[in-house]
Amino acid sequence: MLEITIFSLLNGTVYGLLLFMLSSGLTLIFSMMGILNFAHASFYMLGAYFGYTISSHIGFWPGLIFAPLIVGVMGALLERYALRHVHKHGHVAELIFTFGLAFLLEELTQFFWGTDQQAYKGPSLLDFPLFTLFDANFPAYKAFMLLISIGIFLGLLLVLTRTRVGLIIQAAITHPNMVNMLGHNVPFVFMATFGVGTALAGLAGTIAGPVMGTYPGMAHDLGSIVFVVVVFGGLGSLAGALVASLMIGIIQTFAVGLNYSVSDFLVTIGVSFPADHFLHDIWTMTLPQVAPLIPYLMLILILIFRPMGLFGTRET
Amino acid sequence: MFKKRIIAGIFGLAAMSAGASDASAETIKLALIEGLSGPFAANGQAALREYEFAADYFINSKGGVNGGTKVEFLGLDNKTSPKESLIQLKNAIGQGARFVFQGNSSGVAHAIVDGVNKHNERNPDEKVLYINYAAVDPALTNDSCSFWHFRFDPNADQKMFAITEVIAKRADIKKIYLIGQDYSFGKAVAAAARLYLSQKRPDIEIVGDELHPIGKVKDFTPYVTKIKASGADAVITGNWGSDMVNLARASVDVGVTADFFTYYAAGTGITAAIGEAGKNRIRVVSEDHRNPPGSSAWIDYMKAFKAKYPENDLVYPRVATAIAMLANAMNAAKSTDPQKVAMALEGMEYTRLDGTKVKMRASDHQIQMPLNISVHTNEDITWDYDNSGYGTHVESTIPADKVELPTSCKMERPS
Repeated sequence: MLEITIFSLLNGTVYGLLLFMLSSGLTLIFSMMGILNFAHASFYMLGAYFGYTISSHIGFWPGLIFAPLIVGVMGALLERYALRHVHKHGHVAELIFTFGLAFLLEELTQFFWGTDQQAYKGPSLLDFPLFTLFDANFPAYKAFMLLISIGIFLGLLLVLTRTRVGLIIQAAITHPNMVNMLGHNVPFVFMATFGVGTALAGLAGTIAGPVMGTYPGMAHDLGSIVFVVVVFGGLGSLAGALVASLMIGIIQTFAVGLNYSVSDFLVTIGVSFPADHFLHDIWTMTLPQVAPLIPYLMLILILIFRPMGLFGTRET
Repeated sequence: MFKKRIIAGIFGLAAMSAGASDASAETIKLALIEGLSGPFAANGQAALREYEFAADYFINSKGGVNGGTKVEFLGLDNKTSPKESLIQLKNAIGQGARFVFQGNSSGVAHAIVDGVNKHNERNPDEKVLYINYAAVDPALTNDSCSFWHFRFDPNADQKMFAITEVIAKRADIKKIYLIGQDYSFGKAVAAAARLYLSQKRPDIEIVGDELHPIGKVKDFTPYVTKIKASGADAVITGNWGSDMVNLARASVDVGVTADFFTYYAAGTGITAAIGEAGKNRIRVVSEDHRNPPGSSAWIDYMKAFKAKYPENDLVYPRVATAIAMLANAMNAAKSTDPQKVAMALEGMEYTRLDGTKVKMRASDHQIQMPLNISVHTNEDITWDYDNSGYGTHVESTIPADKVELPTSCKMERPS
């Protein structure tokens, strides 16, 4: 039991911080531009694919640097030359635009890389168990993921709260017209934010690709979870995104590790049902079986009881 | 100017395709309904590739069946969902296909059997035949059997019977962990494992029996941590597609040293993901016999496939068997009428390209063939998977009469 607890905590944190890297970009873009970017997870996918392609030619480390950069530049160009025009037609047009973009990017990746899962591997330098506890390994690569994610969080926090750039970004979020009047180039700030947001998603993809798999459905699979994180944490709140990511990561991982069902709980309070009861399948459904549903359950509950999310300030 | 050219191009294409359909009056349509997108796209695309190849190899390049009728495959995407499959079944029938092929996911297979049964009852003039090449839920040839369904892959019970034959001889295995996908097939695998282990090795303790959502789990580390903690000597899993790739990957990372007995741990990226870490530890049960390759006819077939698709592997060897037997049945029936072809398929015997004799059992439409247990290795591998140098090598063969299991099927035949 102890070993499952420790490893669930570690793995849950790794997964949670990965979610954070994705959702931080999404929530930044939303709070600044009011765009709910449905294609955000597609940039995560592109990061993984670019990382894979670069790593198979010149190695993992150059891929780690260049793949997010390429994705970020793509994101910035997309904002500058497409989204900015769509923006004139209102939020619905933007929403539909990013929605379509997600499908387009998925089809394009299938077109270029095929439908198979790619054999994207982490660097051989980190291909060793960092430590062995109770005879199970904790891969060094996961520790590396952990470090990168924490680094990104601290970096974002410092930039947003301690630098002049962060000051302008924060101001542009709430008072874009005023910032524009003061002589700052707000459209440029938007473009840069979009670029950095997508680059973060790309970075998440580059480091997650070897662990979570690099395949055309990866954007679709993680995309919905990322929305849960952003809504749960509160749209536009970086701290909320962090807390929600860690919560969802750890709860989901723990749920898989614990083999309990409703009937186990009912037995402890002295209620039991016969095996031929018509709800037997529901009573005996174990936590691991429902683990993937938990984030969506959390989403529904938060929308009922606190629609602005954990740390959100506005009701959207 | 540019626009005009595009328009001219579109008209040109339309004219060409119209011309093509005129020339193919002697072509019948075969529909493959598979997940061609989504988490199991790799499997669906592989199947489509192999069906198109087999159709050309066995039928079109030999001048067609019944002296000139050629075949053409339609690939229809069901996103591995039973609901979408029924829409695509209607689509296929609407496009004139009377032979429907599907294999990935028994959940989908049940929906298609149901849909085909109903369709044939309501439309006696345009009956449809369903060729199942990979959906191995035993119920499909037992309680839910149908005259309109033929299965070209041994079912989950037969495969588990073969796996437990091997486990029965392994005295070093004392604890077994079962993990599978949470739907009819995963449950069938677990039930069969419990049944045959209790018969053949009652001393073995089952230390875990787990079902996870199909196609949803990306990081199997939490599951694998449990396997590790259980102290299992062996793991039995029916996982396929991305669920097998990710399970293998996590097991390698966490350092699970248990042996794996699997249904599908080969090809479509799985072999490459396992690599050196799984050498001599991962076993697969299937009809596949590529290392050592059997007859020269089978080698020719694989070479021709590899020449056409150097990046891909032949992952469904039974596709060749299904198409060859279907062609033989059409020739024997002197017709492409689904009911006559079905009658001809019942009880049909066939010698596979690799020299193995197989038979389509008439009582339940379940193919009977020997099953091989192959091991994941890089030694003595002529035909690898994923261009990784690793492949599966046959370790032991369970003869067809031994894996022939009784059926509870009460087939209703059309009069």
